[in-house]
Amino acid sequence: MMGVCLTALLSHWWRNPIQLFAYLAGLALATALWSGVQAINAEARASYDAAAGLLDDGQFDQLLPRQGTSIPQEVYIALRRAGWVVSPVIEGRLGKLRLLGIDPVTAPRGLGPGGPARLLSLEAGAGDRLFMAQSTAQGVDVDVAVTIDAGIAPGMAIADIGVTQRLLKRNDLSRLIILPQQPLGRVELAQIAPELRLQPAQQTADIGQLTDSFHLNLSAFGLLSFAVGLFIVHSTIGLAFEQRRGMIRTLRSLGVPLRGLITLIAVEMMLLAAVGAVAGVVAGYLIAGLLLPDVAATLRGLYGADIAGTIQLRRSWWLSGLLIALLGTAVALTGRLWQIAHMPLLASVRPRAWVMATDARFRLQSRGAVILLAGALVLALLGQGLVGGFALLGCLLIGAALILPKLAAVVITMFERNARSPLWQWFWADTKQQLPGLSLALMALLLAVSANIGVSTMVSSFRLTFVGFLDQRLAPELFVQVETAAQSAEVQAFLDKNATEVLPLLKTRARTVGPPTELYGVQVGPTYRENWVFLDAGRAPWDTVAAGLGAVVNEQFARRAGLWVGDRVAIDGDTTLPIAAVVGDYGNPSGQIVVSAQLLQTFHPGVIPMQFGVRTQNTLALRQSLQDTLGIPANAIVNQAAIKALSMQVFERTFTVTAALNALTLLVAGFAILMSLLTLADLRVPQLAPVWALGITRRYLGRLEVLRALALAAVVFVCAVPLGLALAWVLLSIINVEAFGWRLPMYLFPAEYLRLGVYSLGAALLAALWPALRLMRTPPSALLKVFANER
Amino acid sequence: MNAKLVLFLLVFPVTLWAQGFSGLGAQVDGFATPAPNPVFDFPEDHGPHPDFRIEWWYVTANLQGADGQDYGLQWTLFRTALAPGEAAGWRSPQVWFAHAAVTTPKAHFASERFARGGIGQAGVEAAPFHAWIDEWALSGADFDRLDLKARGADFGFDMTLDALGPLVFHGADGYSVKSREGQASYYYSQPFFDIEGKLILPEGTVPVSGKAWLDREWSSQPLSENQTGWDWFSLSFDDGAKLMGFLLRQNDGTTFSASTWITSEGEAVTLPADAFRAVALEKHRIAGREIPTSWQVTLPERGINVTVAALNPNSWMDLSIPYWEGPVRISGSHAGKGYLEMTGYE
Amino acid sequence: MLLEFDRVEKSFADNEGPVRVLQGVSFDLAPGQTLALTGESGSGKSTLLHIAAGLESADGGAVRIAGRDLLQMGDAERAALRLSQIALVFQQFNLIPSLTVGANIAFQARLARCADAAYIDHIAAALGLTACLHKYPETLSGGQQQRVAIARALAAKPNLLLADEPTGNLDEGTAHEVLEQMLKLVAQTGAAVMIVTHSPVVAARMDRNLHLRGGQLV
Repeated sequence: MMGVCLTALLSHWWRNPIQLFAYLAGLALATALWSGVQAINAEARASYDAAAGLLDDGQFDQLLPRQGTSIPQEVYIALRRAGWVVSPVIEGRLGKLRLLGIDPVTAPRGLGPGGPARLLSLEAGAGDRLFMAQSTAQGVDVDVAVTIDAGIAPGMAIADIGVTQRLLKRNDLSRLIILPQQPLGRVELAQIAPELRLQPAQQTADIGQLTDSFHLNLSAFGLLSFAVGLFIVHSTIGLAFEQRRGMIRTLRSLGVPLRGLITLIAVEMMLLAAVGAVAGVVAGYLIAGLLLPDVAATLRGLYGADIAGTIQLRRSWWLSGLLIALLGTAVALTGRLWQIAHMPLLASVRPRAWVMATDARFRLQSRGAVILLAGALVLALLGQGLVGGFALLGCLLIGAALILPKLAAVVITMFERNARSPLWQWFWADTKQQLPGLSLALMALLLAVSANIGVSTMVSSFRLTFVGFLDQRLAPELFVQVETAAQSAEVQAFLDKNATEVLPLLKTRARTVGPPTELYGVQVGPTYRENWVFLDAGRAPWDTVAAGLGAVVNEQFARRAGLWVGDRVAIDGDTTLPIAAVVGDYGNPSGQIVVSAQLLQTFHPGVIPMQFGVRTQNTLALRQSLQDTLGIPANAIVNQAAIKALSMQVFERTFTVTAALNALTLLVAGFAILMSLLTLADLRVPQLAPVWALGITRRYLGRLEVLRALALAAVVFVCAVPLGLALAWVLLSIINVEAFGWRLPMYLFPAEYLRLGVYSLGAALLAALWPALRLMRTPPSALLKVFANER
Repeated sequence: MNAKLVLFLLVFPVTLWAQGFSGLGAQVDGFATPAPNPVFDFPEDHGPHPDFRIEWWYVTANLQGADGQDYGLQWTLFRTALAPGEAAGWRSPQVWFAHAAVTTPKAHFASERFARGGIGQAGVEAAPFHAWIDEWALSGADFDRLDLKARGADFGFDMTLDALGPLVFHGADGYSVKSREGQASYYYSQPFFDIEGKLILPEGTVPVSGKAWLDREWSSQPLSENQTGWDWFSLSFDDGAKLMGFLLRQNDGTTFSASTWITSEGEAVTLPADAFRAVALEKHRIAGREIPTSWQVTLPERGINVTVAALNPNSWMDLSIPYWEGPVRISGSHAGKGYLEMTGYE
Repeated sequence: MLLEFDRVEKSFADNEGPVRVLQGVSFDLAPGQTLALTGESGSGKSTLLHIAAGLESADGGAVRIAGRDLLQMGDAERAALRLSQIALVFQQFNLIPSLTVGANIAFQARLARCADAAYIDHIAAALGLTACLHKYPETLSGGQQQRVAIARALAAKPNLLLADEPTGNLDEGTAHEVLEQMLKLVAQTGAAVMIVTHSPVVAARMDRNLHLRGGQLV
């Protein structure tokens, strides 16, 4: 019996393939972006974990040199012989590769690839060998044997410490990890190695935490498109149930028990949902694969986090994709099944115009919208933190979406009142009647368009600010990087004679509590004075800095630390300086404190300038003579244009991802409109037939249908502009500050919005075209049937 | 002292990865192998033999506090080679590790250290004798008077050892056969140390004195493939005689045993294979395993029929290579003290 | 008796309080008998039919089919009884639009696991439906659709055929033709028939007539 019933139920779909397609495609779309984003996030997290697991600087106390970056190997032996259970680490760069050497014998358990044994055995047996991820191995060219180890962070290679020393041509160590278990009676550090300092384990420099905001951003997009996709699913399920009411009544009057019928329908819908969800997960995998390279570039550029360039099929995300799709379907389904269970057996067979929702529903929606919008207002005034920012976004967007049908109804009523001809009066009345059926699709369009407006405003504002910032910051024509102290002195002397202005840069890590902060020592000169534009400054900031009486901090530092101009900032231990100015510093993840070079050297006598900015009239000649006279390698001298190009490239890729997600949500919204119109088309025939009978041609009716879609899209767009701008404001003034640490000025881009308006009208036009064509081709007999019998 | 070989080769993963399981029994990949009729050259042979795969300096001691309280102590420096020979710096194929333990009737403390050869963190020099890893050391002007030091996170000791008798050579003049297939090692002992010093324990420093036993052993292919575990006994009877005996358990359920009888004058008599017999009496559950911590040991040729029972059944060495090792009390036909090591119990 | 109504009561709630639709209705129907139920609109005819089919419940009295009281049964039991004993024909054709005519006819029989292909062919032929078995219901005329509904009802070999204005939507000629075909087939199976109708012509073709007025048999 169940088989017979199932055949009858399924036959509905074969006779209404568009509905079936809408159902499956809606689910697939919902699942695709969601699981795609989840896949990217999972990949990134796995990369962070790999990095953290293998060389987690944070989880152990460490011994670091007080000055410089080198610890003689004898110091390591002396410490061990004095009872310090420490393990040596050497770090360096080999071309693009970050090389990490560890001693697998003394390293804490679990550090290094596959346990210590593999490293060591290969050290003794097969000679030198590097361990790295597949993606890293493809990009490097070293003449050392390579073993692929998926657990190692991208861009990095791990090897035995002896191998690493030979490859780096060094015989010293970079730092010493202090193992948790230390023996009794250990000799004081100061007695054995006073030149080392103990850095406590730090949990703050967690890359996962830094990048959380970015992933939250992605997740928000994924969720947005999931919501839009579920709109489609919801409305399709609603329609399919309405159309099958008659069948359900028939089945029951023929003697199919209610419980069995409900079970059967649930099974049927969930099976179909599973098909859609699987398709969505596959699509999500493809989307993730396409987006990942840009995401990886973004994370590297913004946060210095390396993630793998390829997506792996991880159970976590595909399972979560399937589950959320099925769960979403189940929720949509439950209401309908409840209706069936409580539907009187002899209820009307006519497909009740489910689309014609009552005023009550509108009122309920509007009330919800008002509450959400009020919530958004409260959050905007009082909200804090990234989560608060996203909650504000959520309230704003959902509230606006919920109130949209009511707003649209008001606008349409206005048109209706002003319509002169009866045809137009009918047109507007009919449009209003269709509104409930289309409202989900229109909400989807609203969300997509306003997200587009908001994000494009943010990106364009950011671009304007960033380009200006680069021009200020990259005033020097050349940047020279040196390797050794001797080189540093040589370059300084040479440039003093040959360049217009030399800007040596001293760089170290500030010894303060809190997140890692870079301490810069600069030689204040005309370039700094003329080019740096401060967000806020006290009087004569550069004079204060030059005199060693103040510091310039970047915006993200100031915001994170909750300090501003005039407040005192700790620059070394307990030593504090007043903040002379706060400077915008876009595209940089870490906090910066800028003081005069002389001041920095009083705290860090060993720090010498390893980087020089050079002002010169003759870039090419100076570059050449640096190479020829001092033997500075060509790749250690970078000119301004190259850095600018590189920075812009990082910037562009950062937003490629967002742009792609934007385009996809717009696409989904267009699809939602198409599906709504198509599924409504059959129900529309009885409403159009009388108008046709009165002498309006099918062709003309078709045109009106298209016009209706355009009119609705236009209404949506008009609503989307203010919403999008509000969104942009939230992104620029709240989300960016929380996520990246900088607040950006907001610029408006009317031409861009106009373009988006055209796109959304285009999407509506495309979506309406096919249903309209179908209408024009409806045979007269089908229209006549409306009068011939009641089905 | 075959037990340590089993321990070393079966459990320490480095060696397994380096040479592979198949290499355990027969293949020695360029390592030197022990040959019968050894001629030892002292003091050089107290130092390391890098051409052999494994080697150790192994001290166990039965101690007593002023109040008569019994204690046990272990200090072992192991050397394992990933390849034969020595090289300078990180290229050295030698890896060192060490275990130290103190046992009281109520508690057992253990600690371990690791080191690479070639960089000075650990090593052994023959004369003057100096064996060290980190701050742990066994050293003295010669092999007869040694200072011993170790520190763990919650215990430590500083001891002085004074040899009252000669070195004792096991097997055939120091060539100790370990299986019927002929696997063997070089093996000699100094079982006649008087020891005194202080134990550092959580409750404070305890002055102690007693008897210590030092084992020296090196080899490259010590085990046959079918040997799975090992029970090693060093027993000192109150009348001054001593007995070293071990059982190698084989995967067919049979055992291979060997033993050396040491008279109070220091004369060593190698007993025939399988003359030494030990039967587990009581098992104790520790670290998820059933460990026999009480044994019936018989050696009819010498009239030995004794019960050997652990001072503390929980003498579990919870280290990278876990095993049981601790002091024992002897009762029955003879009384005395000793040390027991058991490996390969899963 | 195949069908017994014993002092059946039924009322609906209205804005102005309860409306008594059936008041102490008692009658019975023997196997093979045909019965016309007539009365004005709102006299309770359809309600009576729905109660007989177990689609609705009565408030009082007893409704027995083959001796079993419908009012004591749950939904599942009544559904099972409907499936095996009763066939319904409504004024609206009540076909499943997404199934072909052939599938519609065989549908109830297959649900009840008593599908007899030869018999179904016989019924389809008798009702003149052989040519349109592979078409979908929406392509048929009203008379043809009602024939399909009747064919579906009879294909399951019910003991009781309940029909609510089966020819109400058809023109006079077609109505007569369809009714005659139905009665002929029913006669072959020996099923009892109860038809709710306005038409005196239809009523005249039945063995017995019952007239409802204000919820009471007169």
